[in-house]
Amino acid sequence: MVIRRFEEEAARNYAKGKIGGFLHLYIGQEAIAVAAAEVLEERDYIFQTYRDHGIALARGMSPNAGMAELFGRDTGCSRGLGGSMHFFDVERGFLGGWAIVGGHLALAAGTAFKSKYTGEDQVTICFFGDGSTNIGGFHEAMSLAGLWKLPVVFVCENNQYAMGTPLERTSPIKDLSIKAKGYGMVGDRFDGHDVEIVQERIAEAVDRARTGGGPTFIEVLTYRFRGHSMSDPAKYRTRTELEQRKQQDPITVARDRLMGLGVEESTLDDIDLEVDEEIDAAVRFADESEPAREDMMMSTVLAPEAES
Amino acid sequence: MRQLRYREALREAMLEEMERDERIFLMGEEVGHYQGAYKVSEGLLEKFGERRVIDTPIAEAGFAGVGIGAAMAGLRPIIEFMTWNFSFVAFDQIISNAAKVHQMSAGAIQVPIVFRGPNGAAKQVAAQHSHSCAPFYTNIPGLYVIQPSTPRDAKGLLKSAIRSNNPVIFLEGETLYGVKGEVPDEGVEELTPIGVSRLARPGTDCTIVTWGRPYYTVLAASERLASEGIDCEVVDPRTLRPLDTSLMVESVKKTNRCVVVHEHWPYGGPGAEIVDRIQREAFDYLDAPVERVTGLDVPMPYALNLEDKVLPTEERVIDAVKRVAYAS
Repeated sequence: MVIRRFEEEAARNYAKGKIGGFLHLYIGQEAIAVAAAEVLEERDYIFQTYRDHGIALARGMSPNAGMAELFGRDTGCSRGLGGSMHFFDVERGFLGGWAIVGGHLALAAGTAFKSKYTGEDQVTICFFGDGSTNIGGFHEAMSLAGLWKLPVVFVCENNQYAMGTPLERTSPIKDLSIKAKGYGMVGDRFDGHDVEIVQERIAEAVDRARTGGGPTFIEVLTYRFRGHSMSDPAKYRTRTELEQRKQQDPITVARDRLMGLGVEESTLDDIDLEVDEEIDAAVRFADESEPAREDMMMSTVLAPEAES
Repeated sequence: MRQLRYREALREAMLEEMERDERIFLMGEEVGHYQGAYKVSEGLLEKFGERRVIDTPIAEAGFAGVGIGAAMAGLRPIIEFMTWNFSFVAFDQIISNAAKVHQMSAGAIQVPIVFRGPNGAAKQVAAQHSHSCAPFYTNIPGLYVIQPSTPRDAKGLLKSAIRSNNPVIFLEGETLYGVKGEVPDEGVEELTPIGVSRLARPGTDCTIVTWGRPYYTVLAASERLASEGIDCEVVDPRTLRPLDTSLMVESVKKTNRCVVVHEHWPYGGPGAEIVDRIQREAFDYLDAPVERVTGLDVPMPYALNLEDKVLPTEERVIDAVKRVAYAS
């Protein structure tokens, strides 16, 4: 719910002109980030694309730090230097939102390489979209991860569209998970609207990586309810398709399950209200925060060198 | 001091640093079992084993990215490109990731990594294998770009590059690997600072700024000019980003004339940057426009007679110096 409300509020503030640049919302895909965050240990590493608010919040970033980043404020998670596409939360192992399609997969193989090199039992998880599976960066990262049996889990969030182009016009195969075989790794494929299923299956892959069983390539079938970014009205798909997909809204699914388990509707409504307040507070916090600082911009071009 | 070849100096730098720091590893194509395509890494596999000297498939974007990710997580990789010509398929990794993440993360993530390998024309390897790559990388804030001319600087600067907390583009001379020069004796550690230029030849009549392969062309041309009564002062910037202009500007204030000689193409790049800085910082001292002798503005041809025309020659250097000295 935090992610959903955060994204809805981000969209509203984008429309108001409070947020600039590109804004890609995670609405509809929330179950995947929530499930992954539940599975991972504190020491693990996470990489995501530019659609990165969901996993950052699921991992524990405060909505304040996230919203302030969108507003370009010094209190943001990247101090206003990254923006929507470049959230970072290194303390929680979230190593970034990356905005060149396919460019961060090799980085994830790199942090996994480090874990293997030092013998630490960390796992790296790397999210990307179906659009990434056609670019060279995907192939080279998967090749090396498979070759060196690196402790990494590649999670393709297949939301059916590479920007505006549906999968059947970008890929000769429907089942992307079969690509795993070509890289000598285990492949898996499942629906992403039920948080429990996603959690169970990601846990299998994470355990495999942690216990020396090498990488896994997972394809999670999901759907984004909004356009690719705020400038996209998503005219390339029908209203019927969208409405059908909304029947499987991960949040409704989770809510129904909880009620089925005997949780009172009023309890869930109370949680909704709390979240509304938390996100409203985040917007106020962002609005009242100091703008991004010029001295930070200049001093972070290069890292400080050790005194020799 | 000992005499060492440029490639031996580089090897010693890596060996000494890898012995000092377990986090350093060497990764690239043919660096291990093959002993390096140019034998720079010869013997390192035997010394450090497959854990730290890692052969890769032909996948520059992949292993450059793995290196960057490993550096982000605390290791200190040395990534060898068999030649810098092959770095273009890894360009996105270097530009979009290595050079950007420190700032994008507001300083939370450092990328201590060295990308190294041979740069520039060799002999008759034609258009796709003869790139002088400094201009592509010097444009990028967030990177250091180093191009050593001598064995001593190759060793001292590579050691400093490996110890740097930032991504370093280390451009070695493909034709310089066999060049011999003085290098401090074993046990004498020299860490040449990044971003400090060096006086290569003192003189009084004309300043020549040069680096890399043309460095030797310029030194030879300077001897010929001296015999004609023109005494050139030669400054080697050694690091192209950040660029230390203090020595070259001081020199121009003394000689009042300047020629910049480089292998890369004339359009932009460090050569043009140096001319811009000199005209701004020493405008009142110049008695002639600053001249440049560059690689010609063409893809490198295969035929030897044409390649010789493209690369800076002693004759072109001498002509340029005489033009600025009004001595022709």
